[in-house]
Amino acid sequence: MDYAISVLLSGVSVGGQYALIAIGYTMVYGILRLINFAHGDVFMAAGLMMIYLSASMPLYVALPAAIILTVVLGFAIERVAYKPLRSAPRMSVMISAIGVSYLLQNTATYVTGGQPMNYPTIPGLSSVVEIGGARVTWVTVITPFLVIVLVVALTQLINQTKVGMAMRAVAKDFETSQLMGIKINTVISIAFIIGSLLAAVGSMLYFTNYPYVTPTAGAMPGLKAFVAAVFGGIGSIPGAVIGAFIIGICENIIKALPFDGATNFVDAFTFVLLIVILVAKPTGLFGEKATDKV
Amino acid sequence: MLKIDDLKVRYGGIEAVKGISFEVPEGSIVTLIGANGAGKSTTLRAIAGLVQPAGGRIHFQAEDITALSPDKIVSKGITLVPEGRHVFPDLTVLENLKIGAYLRKDRDVMEHDLNWVYELFPRLKERSWQAAGTLSGGEQQMLAVGRALMSRPKLIMMDEPSLGLAPIIVKGIFDIIKEINRKGVTVLLIEQNANMALKTADIGYVLETGKITLTGPGKELLNNEAVKKAYLGK
Repeated sequence: MDYAISVLLSGVSVGGQYALIAIGYTMVYGILRLINFAHGDVFMAAGLMMIYLSASMPLYVALPAAIILTVVLGFAIERVAYKPLRSAPRMSVMISAIGVSYLLQNTATYVTGGQPMNYPTIPGLSSVVEIGGARVTWVTVITPFLVIVLVVALTQLINQTKVGMAMRAVAKDFETSQLMGIKINTVISIAFIIGSLLAAVGSMLYFTNYPYVTPTAGAMPGLKAFVAAVFGGIGSIPGAVIGAFIIGICENIIKALPFDGATNFVDAFTFVLLIVILVAKPTGLFGEKATDKV
Repeated sequence: MLKIDDLKVRYGGIEAVKGISFEVPEGSIVTLIGANGAGKSTTLRAIAGLVQPAGGRIHFQAEDITALSPDKIVSKGITLVPEGRHVFPDLTVLENLKIGAYLRKDRDVMEHDLNWVYELFPRLKERSWQAAGTLSGGEQQMLAVGRALMSRPKLIMMDEPSLGLAPIIVKGIFDIIKEINRKGVTVLLIEQNANMALKTADIGYVLETGKITLTGPGKELLNNEAVKKAYLGK
């Protein structure tokens, strides 16, 4: 029983961390129809920045500083690598995204010398707590709640505010949005800023549990979060969050299965799940139907 | 009010508008008529800032607005009701109207304008909480016009407002155009329905393959033999 609870809790926790990354994928896709392949590496960069910043300043300064720098990074990537290609074919922007992804990984290798870097301990997050007999870290407990709070705040922003209305409009129709006086580049930047912010928060939770940051540390969680976004119906924020939780929980259940080598197949399983879902429901759980009324 | 001088617009390698000049006097209804591909839509898109002109100048209230960004043009008081309506289907009717007022800060006047739009189109009031995508074509056209009015324009440009609508609804749309004009909004209208457009307009321009070939008061063009033959099917 304790074992089941601890499996479930870590599933929900890692799912929440995927969710924070997945929102960045799904928001950018919703507006630009771009799979931002660099997003997982922004997540990794957030982890590295935290390591270097915390080495030279107290944690309560390093933490917000790392978040702010990640946001600046996400914003700058959009301006430098995607904005000049606004009217280019989608494939060109995707190649640019792959390029940025490698640039970030290579830069990380250059900076760290390729060595895994130790993530700082954030007091409170890594201390152990007992729930229903299962011993888990605080971060495991906090993650789902933090994710829910952030997602509710984001949904409110999108549904209730003027900026949110502009985001929904731009996601549907660039040109008509411009006719309303909306600056689409501003709206796109906001999407990248929010996505990077959530990825930075996600990286703090994730690397507290898996405390080594390598240059490719963003690749696998990034890919899983991407799968979660597609799974939930890319473009849909609630879809991405639910998809991420499902993947996180399934992953941990598989790891706990009493078969030899079950752990080895966790990543492959994620993709089997994706394939099955996409065969059954090609638009994902909450994907938009393509409707065009003339 | 609006003065176009030798406007040229290129699409890819093709010159869609080949140096046209015309004027829209304040308080008037002006129409550009012409066949498909004559460059009517392109002209409006260039004025709205959606495409960059290859040459020529656009002046609005004696100010050069050539190649300003679309949001700047909206803030000057020019709005475009795009061809095919393009309401935001997932937004409610009310949200569509609110987004029309995106650049405005005067909350109380906005409220007043919203009431005016609801007076013009009572249908929209009934459906204000419905997603715009669920409206009929005619209602979507009303919404597109109402949304444009919410920016409190001095000049409203309309691209084929009658396209694909039943004759009875077309008549309603033209009545509304006259009503908007009576409220002091200048109208620049492009239409394939030349008959209705010329009946409504103070001044008409005939556009043929990127050039203006005829000008005159609407009623006069309506009786012009060449216009009758080419656009009115008589």
